[in-house]
Amino acid sequence: MGLLSLAIWTPIVFGAVLLALGRDEQARAVRWIALVGSIVSFLVTLPLYSRFQTGTAQMQFVEKAPWIETFNINYHLGLDGLSFWFVPLTAFITVIVVISAWEAITERVNQYMAAFLILSGLMIGVFCALDAILFYVFFEATLIPMYLIIGVWGGPNKIYAAFKFFLYTLLGSLLMLVALIYLYGASGGSFDIATWHQLPLPMTAQTLLFFGFLAAFAVKVPMWPVHTWLPDVHVEAPTGGSAVLAAIMLKLGAYGFVRFSMPIAPDASREWAWFMIALSIIAIIYVGLVALVQRDMKKLVAYSSVAHMGFVTLGFFIFNPLGVSGGLVQMISHGFVSAAMFLCIGVLYDRVHSREIASYGGVVNTMPNFAAFALLFAMANSGLPATAGFVGEWMVILGTVKANFWLGLAAASALIWAPAYNLWMYKRVYLGPVSNDNVRQLTDINSREYLMLGLLALAVLYMGIHPKPFTDVMDASVANLLKHVAASKLN
Amino acid sequence: MIDSLSLIVVLPELLLLVMACVIAIVDLGVNSRLRGLTHWLTMATLAAVAYVCADFAMDGRTFYAFGRMTVSDPMGNWLKCFSAIALMVTLVYGRPYAADRGMLRGGELFTLSLFSLLGMFVMVSGSNFLVLYLGLEVMTLSSYALVALRRDHATSTEAAMKYFVLGAMASGFLLYGMSMLYGATGSLDINEVFRAIASGRINHQVLVFGLVFIVAGLAFKLGAAPFHMWIPDVYHGAPTAITLLIGSAPELASFGIAMRLLVEGLIPLAIDWQQMLMVLAVASLLVGNLAAIAQSNLKRMLAYSTIAQMGFVLLGLAAGVVDGSTANAQAAYSSAMFYIVTYVLTFLAAFGIILLLAREGFESEEIADLAGLNQRSPLYAGIMAICMFSLTGIPPMVGFYAKLMVLQALVAGGTVLHIGLAVFAVLASLVGAFYYLRVIKVMYFDSPITATTVSAPADVRAVLTVNGALVLVLGIVPGWLMALCTEAVLKTLAS
Repeated sequence: MGLLSLAIWTPIVFGAVLLALGRDEQARAVRWIALVGSIVSFLVTLPLYSRFQTGTAQMQFVEKAPWIETFNINYHLGLDGLSFWFVPLTAFITVIVVISAWEAITERVNQYMAAFLILSGLMIGVFCALDAILFYVFFEATLIPMYLIIGVWGGPNKIYAAFKFFLYTLLGSLLMLVALIYLYGASGGSFDIATWHQLPLPMTAQTLLFFGFLAAFAVKVPMWPVHTWLPDVHVEAPTGGSAVLAAIMLKLGAYGFVRFSMPIAPDASREWAWFMIALSIIAIIYVGLVALVQRDMKKLVAYSSVAHMGFVTLGFFIFNPLGVSGGLVQMISHGFVSAAMFLCIGVLYDRVHSREIASYGGVVNTMPNFAAFALLFAMANSGLPATAGFVGEWMVILGTVKANFWLGLAAASALIWAPAYNLWMYKRVYLGPVSNDNVRQLTDINSREYLMLGLLALAVLYMGIHPKPFTDVMDASVANLLKHVAASKLN
Repeated sequence: MIDSLSLIVVLPELLLLVMACVIAIVDLGVNSRLRGLTHWLTMATLAAVAYVCADFAMDGRTFYAFGRMTVSDPMGNWLKCFSAIALMVTLVYGRPYAADRGMLRGGELFTLSLFSLLGMFVMVSGSNFLVLYLGLEVMTLSSYALVALRRDHATSTEAAMKYFVLGAMASGFLLYGMSMLYGATGSLDINEVFRAIASGRINHQVLVFGLVFIVAGLAFKLGAAPFHMWIPDVYHGAPTAITLLIGSAPELASFGIAMRLLVEGLIPLAIDWQQMLMVLAVASLLVGNLAAIAQSNLKRMLAYSTIAQMGFVLLGLAAGVVDGSTANAQAAYSSAMFYIVTYVLTFLAAFGIILLLAREGFESEEIADLAGLNQRSPLYAGIMAICMFSLTGIPPMVGFYAKLMVLQALVAGGTVLHIGLAVFAVLASLVGAFYYLRVIKVMYFDSPITATTVSAPADVRAVLTVNGALVLVLGIVPGWLMALCTEAVLKTLAS
């Protein structure tokens, strides 16, 4: 069994074991097994880093076995610079989520933990799959645990949110499925993604494929104007659900652009780049402004996620190395930062049971340690230099300025909006005198929460100060991708 | 005409017929509540029949018997094998339910279902219009009686009446169509009819006229809109165990008869019947999915969902011949076969859960009755959830691959019409997702109304678990079943 299979199946097997365990009397054992499972599956991903060869765009750790021979579908896995970092990131976030749910979840603990472990394995599968059907199976299967997570452990309006999440994302993926099947026919019976990258396609086909993929990936990212499901879902989802959704699931969509849309339909990608850039700029500016007026903290962070993901798609469709790597770096850093933001809200919510900004005020007086963490993450979310949030945005802005000064300027305006909503929220929630009895009775974070936020803080700072390991892995693959996009597939 | 080879070819049918009679007689001496001896004899018979069919199917050769009246080929034998297994599963799930409702006072349930299966076998292996019709009637007549098994129960008898009247009409359509084809071609033998039509010397208008009636009759039997009216009423009105019986194995047989009539006999007219099937498919997807949303009764909802799922089967059947070329035929027909086989598998598990939840004097039919099932019994809730996700077409459940195969066959058709149909089917299944998800929502998100845990006899629990697991396992390794269907269809087309 290869390393990638191990990374995919370890959490799934642990999840299945948890499902078999059953009742809530065993909750303590369940939590420990979940923690051990998530840590083991994170440790499994570490050898990937030490063995990964930089400087080549080749797929590494490749595993290939026939799966459904009737349709020439293979169990085909591999990693390159575009997908590499998401595997350890996913496993890492899963560990954090398991820790975060330690006390917050008391009902049906085994199903909760199992859902997250299985989800983790499925998401790693998406990033590793080199066969389109395998990709699709993992991509779609993630809906099942997420639907249950939102619906079972969510807030008062959870059912609406769960349905909205499922149906929105299913609509997108189904159109992608038709595109995949078309490519299967066009390539003479192959679901191998790398083969599709070489396939000559006429412009009409490319355009239709591009929009087929766009339907799936834009909803998942989510890009403006199909982002409306995200705030609803975030508000209702439990803390862990929000963290995984923002940190990893949104990346599945963005990853799709670099794996499918851009290399398979390069001419259509160039043709419609203006459209993608326009949507991204709208996300950055308009959605950033929308975030400013939110009263609910989760909604605020949800809108800020849409705005930050705007940088990712902007970077991709600028078509220069800085932009594309910037987009990828932004995906990773947003993974850390958004997870941290949602977990901070979760910490407050567990104590006060409110996400309204107005219910708080002066939290720093009663929870000084926690407020320090929150400040760090708010700063990272604003893109402060030396935090993870800065690197990706800065690269994308630089790349954009190279392509077009005015676009770069528009994107750079995010450096005003993001601090505005983050700092204003921080001021209203944490600073000032203690505003009410709820806040007065708050207790500072315990060692478990310390551990969870501390790990994330380390990641955020490390990536901000020393981003080289992240970009080194990508460079060759990004260059290769851009070479693909630059070459026309017409004729 | 009756040679020893012929007798071997119809061995499964003979076995069924003899055993049905033997069981009827043996049953006279049985008076236990669950009719133990009758039940186990039936099971043994079905297992033996399924084994023989599978053995024939794996042999892979095609034999004609009784002067080309019947045929034994891999497709037919696999369909028969799966029907027998489906009936076994049905009887395991349905026995406690039937016993609680006094439906086992005599052994009719077992003998009638064996006769019904005999009809299906004849239907699937007929190579002559009359044999096909004979099989159809044996099956449906037994089914009418089965639906009316609770003769003191008003809704059941009403359902039986509706089923009988509409079913008789459908049979009439089919017979009328057959007679017109006979008039035009001068033969009842399917291969003869094929040759006569392929020669191109027969008036096209007469043929199409007959064809319309045949397609209408088949659409009735398959439950495709707009000939679907009986499905919700009969599924709803019949005792749940019988709903399972008429909704599972007969679907396989209906597919078999459709393949015999349309593909083996009338493929030169494919251009004409494919258009009709496309219209039926679009109507089924639309009517089935939209009407299912409005249902609060689980059995009715699943009935409408059957109509919608049949739309997919019809799309598979309708994609076989493109511009006169049959290059796509194997992919198209095997996708339809795979679809119907996996659909029956999923349908069995879903109704198994409904039967399980029904207690003495209480029918668990409303979707709301499933509320909080996850808290009461995570295993059964999990099985039901797997079924619902499979019917929606979410991987890694087997339903996804069924849809994938059909869509693949459609897109391979390559014309704008085909791709348009694929996109339409995809959008329709998005609508379907809504009501399937609602079942999961009720089971997982709502709080239970009663705190009673669900208990089941050991055999029901074991079969149900295997059945549910198969829906998932076949989704993870669907390759062999796909290969089986492809192979079976290939051999049938070649003969």
